[in-house]
Amino acid sequence: MDHRLAFHNVIPHKHKYHRTSDLDSFEFTYKAEITSVYKLTEQEILYRIRIMDPEDRRHFSFHPGQFIMLELPGIGEAPFSISSSPSNHEDIELCIRAVGNLTTVLSRAPRGTRVGIRGPFGTSFPMERMHGGNILLIAGGLGLVPLRSPIAHVQEHRSMFDHVDIVYGTKDASRLLFKFQYEMWKKDDIGLHLILEKAEPSWTGPVGYIPKVLEEIVKSRDDSFIHNTYAIVCGPPVMFKSVCTMLAERGIPMQKMFVDLERRMHCGMGKCCRCNVGSTYTCLSGPVFDYWTVMNLKEAI
Amino acid sequence: MLFRTAEKTELKALFDMLVEKNTVVGPVQTDTDRMGKPLFAFEPVTDQAKLRLDYTTTRLPAKRYFLPFREDLATFTTDGRDWTKTIGYNIDRPYVLFGLHACDINALNKLDKVLMGPVYPMPYYAAKRKNMFIIGTDCRPQPFCFCRSMGADTVLHGFDLFLTDIGDKYFIEIQSAEAYEVAKDLRTETPTEADHMQFMRTVAEMNKLFTAHVDTTDLTKILDMEFQSPVWKQWGDKCLGCGTCSNVCPTCYCYGVEETVDVSLKKARKTKTLYSCNVVDFAEVAGGHNFRPERSTRLKYRYYHKHRGFVEAYEESLCVGCGRCGEACLAGITVPEVIASVRGEEQ
Repeated sequence: MDHRLAFHNVIPHKHKYHRTSDLDSFEFTYKAEITSVYKLTEQEILYRIRIMDPEDRRHFSFHPGQFIMLELPGIGEAPFSISSSPSNHEDIELCIRAVGNLTTVLSRAPRGTRVGIRGPFGTSFPMERMHGGNILLIAGGLGLVPLRSPIAHVQEHRSMFDHVDIVYGTKDASRLLFKFQYEMWKKDDIGLHLILEKAEPSWTGPVGYIPKVLEEIVKSRDDSFIHNTYAIVCGPPVMFKSVCTMLAERGIPMQKMFVDLERRMHCGMGKCCRCNVGSTYTCLSGPVFDYWTVMNLKEAI
Repeated sequence: MLFRTAEKTELKALFDMLVEKNTVVGPVQTDTDRMGKPLFAFEPVTDQAKLRLDYTTTRLPAKRYFLPFREDLATFTTDGRDWTKTIGYNIDRPYVLFGLHACDINALNKLDKVLMGPVYPMPYYAAKRKNMFIIGTDCRPQPFCFCRSMGADTVLHGFDLFLTDIGDKYFIEIQSAEAYEVAKDLRTETPTEADHMQFMRTVAEMNKLFTAHVDTTDLTKILDMEFQSPVWKQWGDKCLGCGTCSNVCPTCYCYGVEETVDVSLKKARKTKTLYSCNVVDFAEVAGGHNFRPERSTRLKYRYYHKHRGFVEAYEESLCVGCGRCGEACLAGITVPEVIASVRGEEQ
């Protein structure tokens, strides 16, 4: 009279397509290859990455603002915002600054390096909701990286939006990212307003912090313009706080401002708690939050 | 739910029939503390005489059987250019957990919500949880137990069998079909009305023994209001930031992931290690910025996650009131005291 309990295999079937509710999607990694390594500045490199399996590649899609987990076996895994157009199903682009272990090894990785990708994860900028409106895209430093995806969306659907302006500030001219795209943005009738904290004498643009240029822009627009304006903001906390406060005072409702928060996720799937702000998972409820939600996240500001 | 009663001697029969072909884990005495009181731990048991169903509590929860402190999420083989990832869930057989108290079963039920919910269920946990035969047992509240305040003193589901000592026999709750099959081979009887009354009296007696309490009324709101309260600083000054509270907590599941390369450079592994939000680098990001550099903000965060964030998401707290954190804390910080101070109550 013995009782050998049955062993339950929790994943009896192999799923081909991975849904968030599938147990085997948890550690599923797309194998991908770095197809291009393009040095943007002294610190940042733009990587073009292609999922190797053609079928997986076709099925992989994301929304502007979402992130992926990039893995180098044996080195580590970290979250990165996707910095390319969601309509490009061939490659994704990631702009990465070498600051930690993984990113330093990555900065020495040659073209052809095979990496792992999990995702995409997180919330996105609600571009469809902004159709017919004006958009202010405001980026400080590396904050331009995740905004390049909504900018690409705007370029591809330019007639769906009214006035679009990019306000972008960095420490100095050597830190400016994606310089090769500025002319294209302008040609697509996207206003580009650059500001540097510190500038060489040859710099003809404004010097100072982002609110300085932003103030001029919002002052020059009338109330009906502001009423129909959405803002997308990414940058250090001190920057998005002052920017959003200014925009809120000028009359943009909090639920029309979107902030992209950056944290160090270890899983991307609402398990490890490393990205929690207050007790909200940045990986599930974010990284894109509307400003009202950010204001209500304890310890975000 | 099916109710039966059995003579006390049937406990050995139950144990023996399960231990023959399975790994049974249960409370055993491992040592005595410096006051001479016994220390218990959940360990594999092969001899029923070693099983101590009368245990008070264990220092560590049974967490290592479903959320091991360290486990591999994946291994890699690499030839320098290409690599292969192999995923395993680190369990090869079912376990019998013999003698969990209601609080620890409730802890599993809470973990299920995060780790086996509809959004990215975690197979490493699910594989272990689904291969667990849980036998619960009644307990006597200790001075540090506040499970009743957290609604975790009784358990409604999440186990297979539950044994309550009602004096001369066990009152048995049969929860699963698997448990029914097991119980069929025991000599059990249909409970009489007297048994029912005895069961209710036993529970009522137990309820009288609670001395520690936490007032959870409006706690999520109060935590929001008192976010800037100076009491956090006071507790933060006491806290050592050692993370022991998370280590002994049956519901703490936060972790970190690290990858390492084998000396041969041909193999690598991706390892998950349970972590504590009270440890200094929990919220540190690449480049060195730390979102919670002070001990007080980290301690506060832990209370927010357990008593506010989880309530917001699942309508219940992520604390079962087992009191282990307070017992283990080197600085003597206990949940009832922290919450009372946040509520502005006299200490």
